[in-house]
Amino acid sequence: MTRTTHQLWHFHGGLKLPGEKHQSTGTPIARTELPRQLVIPVHQHIGETGKVLVNIGDRVLKGQALTQPTAYVSAPVHAPTSGTVKDIAEYPAPHPSRLSTLCVVIEADGKDEWIQLESRADYKKMSPADLRNLVRHAGIVGLGGAAFPTSVKLNPGPGHQIKTLIINGAECEPYITCDDMLMRERADEVISGAEIISHALNTAHCLIAVENNKPEAIAALNTAISDAGVDYIDVVAIPTIYPTGGEKQLIKVLTNKEVPSDGLPADIGIVMQNVGTAAAIYRAVFHGQPLISRIVTVTGKGITQPQNMEVLIGTPMSALIEQACGYQENADRLIMGGPMMGFTMHCDSLPVTKGCNCLLVETADQHSDENNAMPCIRCGECARVCPVSLLPQQLYWHASSKNFDQVQDYNLFDCIECGCCAYVCPSHIPLVQYYRFAKTEIWNRERDQQKSDHARIRHDFRQARLDKEKREREERLRKKKDMLEKKKQAEAADKNETEEDPKKAAIAAALARVQDKKAKAADAPKNTDNLTAAQQKQVDEANKRRETE
Amino acid sequence: MSILIAVVTLSVIAALFGLLLGYASIKFRVEGDPVVEKIDALLPQTQCGQCSFPGCRPYAEAIASGEAPINLCPPGGETTMLALADLLGVEPVALDDEHDTEPTKTVVVIDEQTCIGCTLCIQACPVDAILGAAKQMHTVIADECTGCNLCIPPCPVDCIHITPVKVEPDTWRWPLPEQNFAAPRA
Repeated sequence: MTRTTHQLWHFHGGLKLPGEKHQSTGTPIARTELPRQLVIPVHQHIGETGKVLVNIGDRVLKGQALTQPTAYVSAPVHAPTSGTVKDIAEYPAPHPSRLSTLCVVIEADGKDEWIQLESRADYKKMSPADLRNLVRHAGIVGLGGAAFPTSVKLNPGPGHQIKTLIINGAECEPYITCDDMLMRERADEVISGAEIISHALNTAHCLIAVENNKPEAIAALNTAISDAGVDYIDVVAIPTIYPTGGEKQLIKVLTNKEVPSDGLPADIGIVMQNVGTAAAIYRAVFHGQPLISRIVTVTGKGITQPQNMEVLIGTPMSALIEQACGYQENADRLIMGGPMMGFTMHCDSLPVTKGCNCLLVETADQHSDENNAMPCIRCGECARVCPVSLLPQQLYWHASSKNFDQVQDYNLFDCIECGCCAYVCPSHIPLVQYYRFAKTEIWNRERDQQKSDHARIRHDFRQARLDKEKREREERLRKKKDMLEKKKQAEAADKNETEEDPKKAAIAAALARVQDKKAKAADAPKNTDNLTAAQQKQVDEANKRRETE
Repeated sequence: MSILIAVVTLSVIAALFGLLLGYASIKFRVEGDPVVEKIDALLPQTQCGQCSFPGCRPYAEAIASGEAPINLCPPGGETTMLALADLLGVEPVALDDEHDTEPTKTVVVIDEQTCIGCTLCIQACPVDAILGAAKQMHTVIADECTGCNLCIPPCPVDCIHITPVKVEPDTWRWPLPEQNFAAPRA
């Protein structure tokens, strides 16, 4: 039952935008033809890239996991149809950087043959952890556009009792109607999904928020709730103000609570999931199907037949455009996402990813050229419409002059990039681009800082190791030297003992001999005594000769 | 008499404060130079020596003692120079013309076919980012490489090459919008 009495609040600012939604709600969700070739980017979510499990040439079945998550915040991708892995290489990805990322290319064999599917309709017997694991391996990520792994959000952590689950069907951005059509046509899936999430979070209260410009969706949800006979799910019609579908804005509208600046909704006992995510969880649990397709709105003034279609992940965007009967003559640019937060795509051969909720084709007269920007006149309109109560003008000044510390002082990272400020700017300044520039620049600096801190640790460690090695070498050398010295001394001492004795003995012997000789000489008869006169004369003569010579 | 009292009182107070200050200067003595730590934290830690000092810390010490200007770090580029100017409260100094204000990040790669396993590059690497052993093939651990290029000169077979670090969508940076304001339309 819709509680008409549900009290609602307002968030700051916001805009009433022309909806432009009727263009694509005229026909039911169409099925797309199976493309010949699908290009599945390995990294389609926030978090770590998974590890590729298949090789070129492998035959894969529909729903077979192509990657396996490598970290807690990670999600696998699955084969959207059966076929052969033709290539695993870098292909252009739908990203504002226009860079290429690793993709698995599958050539469809047309059989569309499923893997073995296991239904867990008895999910109420499963523990929340098992349920989270199922959701994780089904590769389910937030389908509202952010593509954050759902299993992580289903685990609020110990100490966080979730009081309210909010299913977000606001879909506040103009043109986009994929959630609207999903709720109209598959309200039962959304309700079942909400029940499963409630079970996983052990929550007794669930709100489904839908903007009041979608009466058909609200009616369909109410019918599905009464059919299912659940009493804890309420559908709440909320005023149509952009960006009421933002997580923090919707929480404020429904509960008057504000999520802390650097906190999560779980901190205040709330978890929010998109309606598309709820339906995907229903399919994963009840039919065992991983996330291999999503509903995409193909719309805009540049499209011949705007409509919603169920698209396999990896289908080229051009195939969708073709199915919508192609571009109008005045089509000017292709945007992935809505007119406020979407990114311009540089070509239409890019694959549809899990986060791609809308392909919008604008005509040349619809958008102002960025080069038409004029200087800021400090009118303050941007601050009036900012749904986060920031000061967009201050952010702009500091971002454009690269004062990254100040721009953070003004809470840049609370900016949700909704584009309200740029929309109302009379000078047509592309404000959000400045914020995105500052954010990515600050992240880059943080990465650099981490890297240099890491390098410092490694350098210091190396230095310490080299010093230690040097000390040890010196120590070894010193020890060796000492040992040599000692050895030398010992040897010398040995020598002294053995060499000095004979010397002394020899000296003593020599002395003894001399003394002996002296004594003998003293004893011996002297041949100069008792000489005759002639002999004396001869001796004298000889002496005289010796002297004269 | 009253003059004497005043002189004595003041002298006693002066002596007390002197003792207090003397005690404080010993008790709260700061080990090392905290400015060097702060400067070192801002430097990119490539240890490349392009500043003519043998590593980032010696350069930080030289800046702290006023011996070196703040614009000698090519890997840090303008960002590091501005951060240093901000920290030290000095005027920013322009970088040399030959160095980019925003240097591209690079790492080195060893051509493993040509490597002879001489270990000279391993000894040159300041962050132990090269793996190998004597007469065995060497390789660079790209995640640890700081791009200092110190391993290139010692290589006897010139098998070490500089490659730019690949920009992934996750590390890609939005460009700053151009501010060429159009003339107001009449």
